[in-house]
Amino acid sequence: MSHAISDTASECLWAPSASIDTLRQRAAIVSKIRMFFAEREVLEVETPSLAQASVTDVHLATFSTTFVGPGHAAGTPLYLQTSPEFAMKRLLAAGSGAIYQIGKAFRNEESGRHHNPEFTMLEWYRPGFDEFALMAEVDALMQAILDCPKAESLSYQQAFIQHLSIDPLTASLNELRLLACQRGHEHIAKQEQHRDTLLQLLFCMEVEPLIGQQAPCFVYHFPASQAALAQLNAEDPRVAGRFELYYRGMELANGFNELTDEVEQSARFDEDNALRTAMGLSPVGKDARFLAALAQGLPACAGVALGVDRLVMLATGKTQLKEVIAFDIDRA
Amino acid sequence: MANYSTNEFKGGLKIMIDGEPCSILENEVVKPGKGQAFNRVKIRKLISGKVLEKTFKSGESVEGADVMDTDLAYLYTDGEFWHFMNNETFEQIAADEKALGDSVKWLVENDVCTITLWNGSPIAVTPPNFVELEITETDPGLKGDTAGTGGKPATLSTGAVVRVPLFVQIGEVIKVDTRSGEYVSRVK
Repeated sequence: MSHAISDTASECLWAPSASIDTLRQRAAIVSKIRMFFAEREVLEVETPSLAQASVTDVHLATFSTTFVGPGHAAGTPLYLQTSPEFAMKRLLAAGSGAIYQIGKAFRNEESGRHHNPEFTMLEWYRPGFDEFALMAEVDALMQAILDCPKAESLSYQQAFIQHLSIDPLTASLNELRLLACQRGHEHIAKQEQHRDTLLQLLFCMEVEPLIGQQAPCFVYHFPASQAALAQLNAEDPRVAGRFELYYRGMELANGFNELTDEVEQSARFDEDNALRTAMGLSPVGKDARFLAALAQGLPACAGVALGVDRLVMLATGKTQLKEVIAFDIDRA
Repeated sequence: MANYSTNEFKGGLKIMIDGEPCSILENEVVKPGKGQAFNRVKIRKLISGKVLEKTFKSGESVEGADVMDTDLAYLYTDGEFWHFMNNETFEQIAADEKALGDSVKWLVENDVCTITLWNGSPIAVTPPNFVELEITETDPGLKGDTAGTGGKPATLSTGAVVRVPLFVQIGEVIKVDTRSGEYVSRVK
């Protein structure tokens, strides 16, 4: 123990956490990503990191600050964006066509081997695509960058049935608690009252480590209760047009067949805020400009966000996020 | 005792789990992009010595354990208790067989050991990394043999058995690494 403490103290915190060689590889990957989208005629855009609205998602914590300046003498609250999603959808509603962005996203309370509170996100939107067409494009990007095998894909339901012999769409709260107990998570299982928390626990701890080891693995048709900003499936409304991509123990991307209905979107914000209140968190003001853009008309589209730092980790064989960013939060 | 939130988890932190004091060995946050964050923690139960994994919901609080380590010199055993003394205050503490566990075979008089106290009572004894003990029993070695071959078992004055090179003889004092139980060298 005394060991670990003296090691930390003696570390040179002025020096980068990534090697210069890794940063060179990183730059090459980022320029390959730009080429990938240039060839497909997807427009690169930049949207604000600081905005006047934030997200209602109960599991995202936002950094905030106050803008004081001409016209804002009393101080206007601004929020560092957890993703550029709302602003990019406003561009789509304004007729941008296919767009992508490589930029910083900010999430409070997240730090660890695969997390840094400030990270680089690649996000893109494809009008006219559904989630499966977009998954095929994500797969093409993965192969171009990582030279990896073609991705596998399975539904959320298949993933649970195959690896845990339980149907996540029909299992009762008690069945999920019992299974979590059997898998050594009795501490959480004995008191947890939310099905989705138990599903997320079982997925993170028991399914994720088993999938996407040889080839990247898409998991699609997430439960409607975890739809986030995805449309519900027209044929089976128990599931949503949401997918995630996993490779070698890491969650790499999250995509949606985007919800375009303003009324439904506003209702989901309200549901989030009701849940926030129940959890003892402050409700978050709904992004009125984003909702106005949906009312104006968001074209049918699919969109996805991909963690660039994690992609670089995979490409360079690094095991910690800080090894692929110039300065992690402890050196920032 | 204070409560600790999962944000304070780190290697070495002492917390109560299932009524037993535990030391955190590793702490990893697992956070899906959309969804609940969890802390996957590897812990050592300080009484049983068992190592296991536990999962917590991030943001949860856990009771801290009043555990502290103190360096004390080993004095003697009366058969039931092993007595240790603080060389500065001369305060003495007696540890029982359960607290000693396997460490009993590395106890050398006057060696300074680390005693782990929970609510003031000893629950574990850690001997120094290296101890010097006399060989009381071993097969006679072969002339001319040097270190290298498989070696032979030797019993030490405390009853511990370690593998030693063939040339080491009864009556010699050897240095042993208590963490691995391996022979290091002869002591002249």
